[in-house]
Amino acid sequence: MTSPLSTAPRLRRRRALAGWAYAAPTAVIVAVLFIAPLVLVVIMSLHKWPLLGQARPNFPANYTKIPDDPLFLDSVLFTLKYTVIVTILLSAVALGLALLVQDRRPGVGFFRTAFFLPGAVGFAAAALLFYGLLNNDFGPFGFLGVNWIGSPNMALTSTILLVLWRFAGFNMLILLTGLQAIPVEVYEAARADGANRWQIFTRITLPLLRPTLALMLILSITGSLLAFDQFFIFTNGGPDNSTVSMVMVVYRNAFFRFDLGGAAALSVVLLVVLVALNAVQMRILRGATTK
Amino acid sequence: MKYYSPRLALAVIFLFPLIWSGWASVRGPEGFTLANYRSITGYGEGLATYVGNSLMLSGMTVVGTLVVATLGGYAFARFHFPGKNLLFLAALAILMVPYATILIPLYVLLDHVGLQNSLLGLSLVFVMFQLPFALYMMRNSFEAIPREIEESALVDGAGSVKVLLSVLLPAVRPGLVTVGLFAFLASWNDFFAPLILLSDGASFPLPVAVVSMTQRTFGAIDYGVLQAGVMVMAVPCLVLFLVLQRYYVRGFMSGALRG
Repeated sequence: MTSPLSTAPRLRRRRALAGWAYAAPTAVIVAVLFIAPLVLVVIMSLHKWPLLGQARPNFPANYTKIPDDPLFLDSVLFTLKYTVIVTILLSAVALGLALLVQDRRPGVGFFRTAFFLPGAVGFAAAALLFYGLLNNDFGPFGFLGVNWIGSPNMALTSTILLVLWRFAGFNMLILLTGLQAIPVEVYEAARADGANRWQIFTRITLPLLRPTLALMLILSITGSLLAFDQFFIFTNGGPDNSTVSMVMVVYRNAFFRFDLGGAAALSVVLLVVLVALNAVQMRILRGATTK
Repeated sequence: MKYYSPRLALAVIFLFPLIWSGWASVRGPEGFTLANYRSITGYGEGLATYVGNSLMLSGMTVVGTLVVATLGGYAFARFHFPGKNLLFLAALAILMVPYATILIPLYVLLDHVGLQNSLLGLSLVFVMFQLPFALYMMRNSFEAIPREIEESALVDGAGSVKVLLSVLLPAVRPGLVTVGLFAFLASWNDFFAPLILLSDGASFPLPVAVVSMTQRTFGAIDYGVLQAGVMVMAVPCLVLFLVLQRYYVRGFMSGALRG
């Protein structure tokens, strides 16, 4: 910071004031729309807070009643199951796609765009698209005779198809940045040493791709744990509440049971779990980077 | 052939749903028809209302994000002031917080300040959600500009506002396009935030309005009209993406997601 701009103390103070002025809109947005709601959600979770009417302190009732809500407990198990399946499948598909389009060949741009294009469509629109696509009277797959959202397992399977279609290209793009950061010389050296394609993949590509893979996993896991749109729009939680995600229960508690305090307590728990998970994942990610 | 055929097959699989939806939206008993689009025009409060709401919402979000992130990015890249790092970290922390955790209290908060059911309030919330990416992107854009350029302008007696507007802004244009594109796609497509923060049907943006079509209790769902709705939502995004693909990938590559 030896720039002539900051040598004189008076000038430095003026620059600091100017800096504050430029950062002021950011500070206001962060304070009013981020910090204040974070504080408020904790306060709300300590109160009986109806949608309309007076709030009354009731700590710790909103937290202690969480284990008594069977729908929420089911939603935790369901969301975990969904997260594991989606994350595994999404990584596999995205990695496959990324490997297919990593080389610069004529037409590779078209394939990358084709795989990514569903990601440009909004998730709500994508869910509505599949709502029609997988309807047997209207969609093109009626002849298969599969009841796409008729049973809990099929509803989950269909939702996973929707999520893979919508997000595979997005994750492919993440992995592609990692693949392209691997120097060509490394591959050339391996080939010169007589390594076959499988050896190159397992001994070079995968280890060097670890940081990028870890980043993709973090995004997939946090995204899946907070799943809402796909289940709200596409399966509407059914059949028989078999596809109700955690965030859907938060939403139901707040706007169908008019229990904002209970919803706030669930949100706080969700926040704590997610921040803890992020911290663990960051550590693993950092470990992977330094290796 | 060995190279192209598996990729081509996959491309067909990924493109098929989009093509099918477009086709289903214009399919009638006697071939091509615009009946689905005519009938969605009169749906609910009228398609024009919803498109107008979505455009307003996205417009305010894009402008708001660009203004806040440009000023903030400039501040973080070029100035030293107390609390700078703390503010930057606080803005990045927005990424860590689940959507629902912040929207439940925002519902109460916006109600309290009279911004319930307001597209302005919702767009401010979207600006907040865009901040981590937008600030990070704009700070890096400003940092990439050589300091000498603005210093010579400052020595010539120009104030920092003038330097920002006439010297720096043209230089960070690619960053602005990227930030604007992401802000548009996010606000145009978001479903959860308007679902929670808006209750009046006349102020619904497209996603909430079209989804409510599937949740009507009376009458059967008209799937053709629904696909017309999907197209109205999707086509602007597809076109924007195809035109600005370079900027999208740039935002991606610059480690935006690493923020």
